[in-house]
Amino acid sequence: MKKINYILISILFSILFIILYFSLGNQRVYDTKDLIGKKISEVEINLFQSSGTINTKEFIKNEFTIINFWASWCGPCRKEHPNLVRLSKIKNLKIIGINFKDDKENAKSFLKENGNPFDILTEDKDGKNSVNFGVYGIPETILIDSELKILKKYIGPLNIKEVNEIRKIVKK
Amino acid sequence: MLSDLGTLFINGALLTSFSIIYFSFKELKISNNLVPKKIYKLSLFQLFFTISSFFVLLLAYIFSDFTLVNVYENSHTNKPLFYKISGTWGNHEGSLLLWINILVLFSSLFLFINKNRDKKFKILTLLFQNLLIIIFLVFLLSNSNPFSKLFPVPLEGLGLNPILQDPALAIHPPLLYVGFVGSSIYFSAALAALISKIDSQSLAISIKPWVLVSWFFQTVGILVGSIWAYYELGWGGFWFWDPVENSSLMPWFVMTALLHSILVLERRIGLYSWVIVLSILTFTMSVSGTFLVRSGILNSVHTFASDPSRGLFILSFLILMVFSSIFIFFKFAPNENKKYTIFSKESFIIANNWFMIFFLAVVLIGTLYPVFLDTITGSKISVGPPYYNLVLAPFLIPLLFLMTSGPNYKWVSNEAKSFFNIVLLLSIVFFIITFFIIEENSFLLNLILFFSIYLITQTLFDFYESSKKKNINISRIISHLGFGLLIFFIYVNHIFSIENNFNLKLGETKKMDNYTIKFNNLEQQSVKNYKSIVGYFNILDKKTSKSEELNPEIRIYDKPITITYEASIKSGLFSDTYLTMSNISDTDIFNIKFQVKPFMNFIWFSVLLLSSGGILNFFNRKKYEKN
Repeated sequence: MKKINYILISILFSILFIILYFSLGNQRVYDTKDLIGKKISEVEINLFQSSGTINTKEFIKNEFTIINFWASWCGPCRKEHPNLVRLSKIKNLKIIGINFKDDKENAKSFLKENGNPFDILTEDKDGKNSVNFGVYGIPETILIDSELKILKKYIGPLNIKEVNEIRKIVKK
Repeated sequence: MLSDLGTLFINGALLTSFSIIYFSFKELKISNNLVPKKIYKLSLFQLFFTISSFFVLLLAYIFSDFTLVNVYENSHTNKPLFYKISGTWGNHEGSLLLWINILVLFSSLFLFINKNRDKKFKILTLLFQNLLIIIFLVFLLSNSNPFSKLFPVPLEGLGLNPILQDPALAIHPPLLYVGFVGSSIYFSAALAALISKIDSQSLAISIKPWVLVSWFFQTVGILVGSIWAYYELGWGGFWFWDPVENSSLMPWFVMTALLHSILVLERRIGLYSWVIVLSILTFTMSVSGTFLVRSGILNSVHTFASDPSRGLFILSFLILMVFSSIFIFFKFAPNENKKYTIFSKESFIIANNWFMIFFLAVVLIGTLYPVFLDTITGSKISVGPPYYNLVLAPFLIPLLFLMTSGPNYKWVSNEAKSFFNIVLLLSIVFFIITFFIIEENSFLLNLILFFSIYLITQTLFDFYESSKKKNINISRIISHLGFGLLIFFIYVNHIFSIENNFNLKLGETKKMDNYTIKFNNLEQQSVKNYKSIVGYFNILDKKTSKSEELNPEIRIYDKPITITYEASIKSGLFSDTYLTMSNISDTDIFNIKFQVKPFMNFIWFSVLLLSSGGILNFFNRKKYEKN
């Protein structure tokens, strides 16, 4: 019994140390580039206005979908907002807004003030759902196609160059 | 000059360490019970050399001697003296030197205090401790030398990360190091005990003070770190389950388990091997924590500039340490076959131990899982508060209950007590009152609330009862009371906290349910090592119609250029008002984060109470407690 314990514990620690050794050389900076080309995960998100939910697999009926993470307290979101409004004019592109850790009233007045580009508005009150999209800060924008594959991922506010890039992809 | 002197002292320390090992080995073969004077003297010399080397580095910092790379990289002539001093341990090399100082200090203290212990045990402890010292000295000299020279000598240094320029943070690392590194001495003693086969009571008595001291410093160190995070990081929280915070919490769990197990050990009721495992585990967790922080595996505010070779060294050391400990343990550990009676104090202590080990496992998995997943599959995840709260919170309930009833059972007896008594009744009344004030509906949260109230009431009742009999185990009462209060106040804080984020322009007013916030003025100031933009806000509490002025700052440090957001916090006895502002680039809009945090001071106080129980026990050690 003692011998078995001895061997088991030694093996356990060996595995632990081998993994730690390999993790030493690893790049630690958080990066979600590897998500491009993968399918987005199936997530139930709460709708903003009503009490219902929407599942991400429903986006399959859209030719292209943009998922945008934003909040009224986030400065860069304010800056990016006109670009979202520009994108909302494209016909075969649906924009899903995910209101991130926000106060409902503030979010409403934000949209009233700056315009509402979102075809569907959802909310993620405690930021738990956004993690499923690989989002760790806002604003962030994900462009997916009708197979729910991630085509592009924009970290930080969308600029006009990126808007044009999206236009090009969608037009093809 | 200072650089050479420092290197000289370090080499002196290395030399004395080798001599101690040499003479200790020789001494092991001589069978008398007297440790020769030579070893005591060498130990004193070793202490002198290491402390001197630390003072040399300290002087180099005070006088901004930029011939030292370390001073150049981490200091600046304009820095206030206090932060020049704290800069000494605010970097990897300097803190490693501090590590070694504590290793050596504890080594000599152990030798001098335990004069009457078994010689073989003492010599072996010294041997293991000096092996640790040598390994760290070699690490320091070969990889992380704080005395490395720089030529040509620069006129000015690069400065200390401004986020670290905070009084709480200046004392946070030394406190934690005493806790972390202090555990080395009972690691060495545990291995020595196995080989020299000393009896359980001697082992308990010789390591107990060190466990108490390191536990106390670890607790206070974690407290100060939380206070710093609360005031400096500007999130309004004090615990984030950040991997690095976790690595200070993990040894704490093991220390707490050890602290309780020793009570059983000193009464010769058993747990000999278990105490040894815990002693080894505590130091292992401390070194693992250091490994995770220093190797750059984790990303956090705590990570020093990372360097894989550094990580490799600590990892090699960790491997050596763990495998030799496992080997020694399985070769020498005695067979124990103890049966414990269910309703005895020792069974409750064993239950406490299982809880601590469970908490350790939860936190360890949460911390390492993302690292492992990344290494094996390449996918990145982060484990945050939801995981810890979900997994840990339910287990607080039985833990609180054990802490309430356990202490009132007797050692080695099997006397079941009735659960229904006046204290329980009182607690239920208190709970119902609190319940109607708080109006929280979550069943789990209410259970935690009830059991924390039960623990507080029972502990106060115990205090009253035992003061009549004049045999008070005051340290237990204070620590358990502290823990009960801590859970209670974290709970109340969690329920009553208000948080609101919004944007404001200068001159605007924001109206909320209970508060009105007015943005009155904006001012630029120039301070010694930074420029700052100060916002002037007036906050009106509509309920009490009291108004407060808060002045959050945006600081721009010049050396190195860093922007920090300083929260403005008005601390009242019962509640803190908390305001941070950040500018939105290219606009005149400011993002404001307003928070009301009740009972923060009570949370800090509870932890102080918890820790002071430990230090009281240290000063109040009775060899035998009868109850």
